[in-house]
Amino acid sequence: MSPIDLAFFVLAAVAVLAGWRVFATDSMVRASFLLLVSFIAVAGIMLLLAAPYIGVATIFMMAVEMMVMALFMVAFMMNPAGLNPMMMVHQDRLAKVAGLAAFVALTAAVILTDLPDRAVSADASVIHDLGIELLGPSMLPFESAGVTLLAAMIAAVVLSARSGRFGPSDEGSRPPGLVPGGDPAGRIPDDERSDKTESGHHDEHES
Amino acid sequence: MSLLTVLILAAALIGIGLYGALSQQSFVMLMMGFELMLNGVLLAVIGFWSLGTGGTPKGQLLAIVVMAVMAVEMAVGFALVTAVYRRRQVDTTEGLGTLKQ
Repeated sequence: MSPIDLAFFVLAAVAVLAGWRVFATDSMVRASFLLLVSFIAVAGIMLLLAAPYIGVATIFMMAVEMMVMALFMVAFMMNPAGLNPMMMVHQDRLAKVAGLAAFVALTAAVILTDLPDRAVSADASVIHDLGIELLGPSMLPFESAGVTLLAAMIAAVVLSARSGRFGPSDEGSRPPGLVPGGDPAGRIPDDERSDKTESGHHDEHES
Repeated sequence: MSLLTVLILAAALIGIGLYGALSQQSFVMLMMGFELMLNGVLLAVIGFWSLGTGGTPKGQLLAIVVMAVMAVEMAVGFALVTAVYRRRQVDTTEGLGTLKQ
């Protein structure tokens, strides 16, 4: 077994184990760092696969992203430090079956497919080629990705802003009733909820 | 390390991510599942590029597009978590009943 194979199998084991532990650990901060470990292992495999630019970019991007994730964990979630045992899952069996089925199906597809075998040559200048490609023939998709990121930034600001330009986005809105003039089917608007006396089955989580 | 083993590893990551995305109650943990799935996709793309196509630069471009998808998913996802928390004071999927009926 060559050193590259050995490194690949070690990194693959780290990636899968850390990825699995993400959903099995008590602490949410620890979960985000385990996800980071998984990403770094995958980035290491990319380095082995002769993709240094993508690999290093993945490491940087994921390091920042997981720090943001850890901050969100502390800000929003209970039990960020994992001091108490915690199991917050629903439809566990269905999810396990679905995950396993996805793995088995994709693996079967990979094994049954006649895979191409044209490795990138060892002396190829892949980063140089990528740069020429990005600012040459493929500039439109590359710039489109940039514009998409800009749109995502604007969307994130709009979504997370406390209010829209003309006040809260759902102020005064009332969903249509189930029967004409009747009670709305879903959520009762906030300003009406206080004088509703019904102990509805649909309203219990929202107060 | 062959294309076969790389793709099987990618399949394993996608399977774990799918389990996480379907089973977790907390929104942020759910997004970790999505991230793990996209991680597998990214690995598969790079595997195909490196071992299947002989290093066409367009393969790396596809990987960059996948990374942009990851970033968009993170940004919009966290903005949605913030918006939902602000309106409903909930941080788990069980806390939302509006679309239930």
